[in-house]
Amino acid sequence: LFQYCLSGHPTLPCNVLKFKSTTIMLDCGLDMTSTLNFLPLPLVQSPRLSKLPGWVLKDGSTFLDKELKECSGHVFVDSVPEFCLPETELLDLSTVDVILISNYHCMMALPYITEYTGFTGTVYATEPTVQIGRLLMEELVNSIERVPKAQSASMWKNKEVQRLLPAPLKDAVEVSMWRKCYTMPEVNAALSKIQLVGYSQKIELFGAVQVTPLSSGYALGSSNWIIQSHYEKVSYVSGSSLLTTHPQPMDQAALKNSDVLILTGLTQIPTANPDGMVGEFCSNLAMTVRNGGNVLVPCYPSGVIYDLLECLYQYIDSAGLSNVPFYFISPVANSSLEFSQIFAEWLCHNKQTKVYLPEPPFPHAELIQTNKLKHYPSIHGDFSNDFKQPCVVFTGHPSLRFGDVVHFMELWGKSSLNTVIFTEPDFSYLDALAPYQPLAMKCVYCPIDTRLNFIQVSKLLKEVQPLHVVCPEQYTQPPPTQSHRTDLMIDCQPPAMSYRRAEVLTLPYKRRYEKIEIMPDLADSLVPLEIKPGISLATVSAVLHTKDNKHVLQLPPKPPQPPASKKRKRVSDDVPECKSLKPLLSGSIPMDQFVQTLEKHGFSDVKVEDTAKGHIVLLQEAETLIQLEEDSTHIICDNDEPLRVKLRDLVLKFLQKF
Amino acid sequence: MPEIKVTPLGAGQDVGRSCILVSIAGKNVMLDCGMHMGYNDDRRFPDFSYITQNGRLTDFLDCVIISHFHLDHCGALPYFSEMVGYDGPIYMTHPTKAICPILLEDYRKITVDKKGETNFFTSQMIKDCMKKVVAVHLHQTVQVDEELEIKAYYAGHVLGAAMFQIKVGCESVVYTGDYNMTPDRHLGAAWIDKCRPDLLITESTYATTIRDSKRCRERDFLKKVHETVERGGKVLIPVFALGRAQELCILLETFWERMNLKAPIYFSTGLTEKANHYYKLFITWTNQKIRKTFVQRNMFEFKHIKAFDRAFADNPGPMVVFATPGMLHAGQSLQIFRKWAGNEKNMVIMPGYCVQGTVGHKILSGQRKLEMEGRQILEVKMQVEYMSFSAHADAKGIMQLIRQAEPSNVLLVHGEAKKMEFLKQKIEQEF
Repeated sequence: LFQYCLSGHPTLPCNVLKFKSTTIMLDCGLDMTSTLNFLPLPLVQSPRLSKLPGWVLKDGSTFLDKELKECSGHVFVDSVPEFCLPETELLDLSTVDVILISNYHCMMALPYITEYTGFTGTVYATEPTVQIGRLLMEELVNSIERVPKAQSASMWKNKEVQRLLPAPLKDAVEVSMWRKCYTMPEVNAALSKIQLVGYSQKIELFGAVQVTPLSSGYALGSSNWIIQSHYEKVSYVSGSSLLTTHPQPMDQAALKNSDVLILTGLTQIPTANPDGMVGEFCSNLAMTVRNGGNVLVPCYPSGVIYDLLECLYQYIDSAGLSNVPFYFISPVANSSLEFSQIFAEWLCHNKQTKVYLPEPPFPHAELIQTNKLKHYPSIHGDFSNDFKQPCVVFTGHPSLRFGDVVHFMELWGKSSLNTVIFTEPDFSYLDALAPYQPLAMKCVYCPIDTRLNFIQVSKLLKEVQPLHVVCPEQYTQPPPTQSHRTDLMIDCQPPAMSYRRAEVLTLPYKRRYEKIEIMPDLADSLVPLEIKPGISLATVSAVLHTKDNKHVLQLPPKPPQPPASKKRKRVSDDVPECKSLKPLLSGSIPMDQFVQTLEKHGFSDVKVEDTAKGHIVLLQEAETLIQLEEDSTHIICDNDEPLRVKLRDLVLKFLQKF
Repeated sequence: MPEIKVTPLGAGQDVGRSCILVSIAGKNVMLDCGMHMGYNDDRRFPDFSYITQNGRLTDFLDCVIISHFHLDHCGALPYFSEMVGYDGPIYMTHPTKAICPILLEDYRKITVDKKGETNFFTSQMIKDCMKKVVAVHLHQTVQVDEELEIKAYYAGHVLGAAMFQIKVGCESVVYTGDYNMTPDRHLGAAWIDKCRPDLLITESTYATTIRDSKRCRERDFLKKVHETVERGGKVLIPVFALGRAQELCILLETFWERMNLKAPIYFSTGLTEKANHYYKLFITWTNQKIRKTFVQRNMFEFKHIKAFDRAFADNPGPMVVFATPGMLHAGQSLQIFRKWAGNEKNMVIMPGYCVQGTVGHKILSGQRKLEMEGRQILEVKMQVEYMSFSAHADAKGIMQLIRQAEPSNVLLVHGEAKKMEFLKQKIEQEF
């Protein structure tokens, strides 16, 4: 049982598990924090960004000033943003049999894996995961492709050069592995390799392993996975939530009795309470709008936005915001809002009940109907005609490096009336804002991360009692900025095994058993013998038939029938006869009695020597010795077959046959 | 060898009140709990005394499975659970769970409010009954208890219809309910994996039919409707509110659009809009094409089809009316039928199967003089057409499913005895 760790990001994992004869990839998250090192991609040329000075080395050399720009003391790469891929060299990814996806955020590297590594296997994911994952990828590709950038910087990646750069560029890992965004044809090719699965569906992999997705409560269609054989069980927990938001609640019971539990995707903001953050979000939003300012919410097109819209639905009338327009701008805004309404089966109980009425499960349907919420594919076209201020805009990307959010940052950044509210926890908001400094706009940080916190984890682990826990190294120590908070780490017994990027772990579990089926007719022919009270044994002579990793014991083929006529008998003489089965022997030989027996049968001068493993009986006269050991008996005599047979029979007297 | 016992409590060699008891490795599972539309007495419900003579239903049954929302598969459920008494789990898919109580309430209203029957289940009983329902996902393995597990497969037929695998240890049974092996205008085709059950219990409504291609039937249907409307006649299409109705609506809607026709199309009862809403919310259960395009254009929003008002039936000029119920045994479709039956310019198209005893069955078997309530004789002069649009598997489809699942034994139910005999021979020949 091996685990290859291809990603160091605890919430965007990518691990490969070798289990029995299968190679299973668990998630393929794409680390997009790398894009924070790049300049934003504005849709309309921004005079401010294009006037940023080139970066000059301490010694005054300027050879990097085309690639690197400086803004308020930070250095950015002026190039198409690039992403940090999972390790592709640690093992041959073409040998991966299946990829299990746990939620739509953890599949963003899929095209890189399925289209560039020779991967020929199957990807398993739930329907909402695939549909919403597709929307996220579409939005990503769209927002990068529509702003073609002539320049592609690569000089700064040279190891010698990178050494000279200021932090954080100096410390960026694996920059040579960073890749540009994939294209839509690659996305479609990757998604075509996905097979849809439902919660609690048992999926057989080559008959050797069974995998099962379970509801994880974090997002629409999000799942944890059970990977098990008849005698071993590995649980993969990734991005789970115990809070009641829109998705179906987490299934905890099925995680019980795991030999190994791999734990990833915990909350990134363990000190923030999501409910409190939502409250702060609403009050900051209301305050800004009341003062005549605009509110910008950088967000993903699916997920927490559904919950935020639901809160606002309940909040806007009481807060006197009914006349403020809410805009949701994304190439996939319409699809995301429509898709959210059709996954009734993947929603929490309350929302399911609404669908039975039948009513749309999310109230944003009503917000759209009453024109309070409007959605647009981009800032071009209809939006520019309808646009009224003050307003609230939801748009991507949360990294503030591409997408329509860049436009609004440039537009509203100069006025202190406006507010940008960060709700997505994936990017440090200070880093995200760095290329926009100096800013007059207010910045509010309300990260909403509904994933498990450490208190919930320790409760969960107590509940499901795994033998071993494996987790990213970040979870085995307090966060670097709060080193005194020892409560912000995983605490379990035995201590969790930790992994880091590019590490190979041998999981502390050895396989010991394999299940074999026995055919009814063979079982019928067995004759158990009681050797001890309560313990019966039977010998089984059978043919072991192994097919598709299933083992079956069948009756041995019958010896050929005695032929009817004499003529044929002659022919069959050549056929070697089926060997009759030798009985099995058991028991130990009491030395004193054995010697007495030998003497009774005419052997004199019997000598017994003790050895490390048993005894040697010397028959000096016959120049013969009998070696008796725990698991073997040898009679060594000089070519005297009658003597050997005689001695053998004497030994056999002391043994039980069956 | 495993012993599996199958006892039909309702439809064995008959269509209507589907209800089958399966005993497998010590577990007892009831498959469907339907009513018979042809009867108004005790015979309309399955015979539960087979179980109750030996004790309580809850003690005997490990679970109940409902394959889809048609009343001949779930119509007896509130009677069974609330009046005879069953408190164990009832499994069905999400769309079935959503739609089934509405059809039950409809059925109750017709029986109690219109026909004035007493001793029937109440609205509250329907609600209490639905509380015992556990909704299942497709392909989800539901562990009923330590040993018994069930799994649902897509069956086509109607929204949310499912086939179920019932498994105890290494013994298993697959029950198809009603299914359809060819995708239609709004649903996909049934599918099952090679699960090699010991026994496959399959419906055999169309055991002897190898139906001509879907396209031909659709063209035929459109031609007949068009001709009747052209010569100023009225077309009555009795349907059930959910299912075939949506498929035919999509068909007529696109035809009207293409031919630029002006004759009005109506859909009776207030259920229409609600029904279409269910299709919208459960769009993941429809076919590929509808699912792919639903964001841009929802196929269940109709331009040409409008709500019907009772007064419209006497309007002069041509029109097409979809009216419930589908077998002309009661309600609005029967009322309209009575009004229009005397005129040879009009036409009634029966798009689905009609069980014995219903008006639908009588006119389809050629009867032209019908005795109505109060000894009134109704003479049928309008044209009567039958078009098999109900989405059951035909003989070819049944054989195809057998090939997919590779069962060791096949049991035919939900069909007519003679037809089943024919199919039996065919299966024995081929496998």
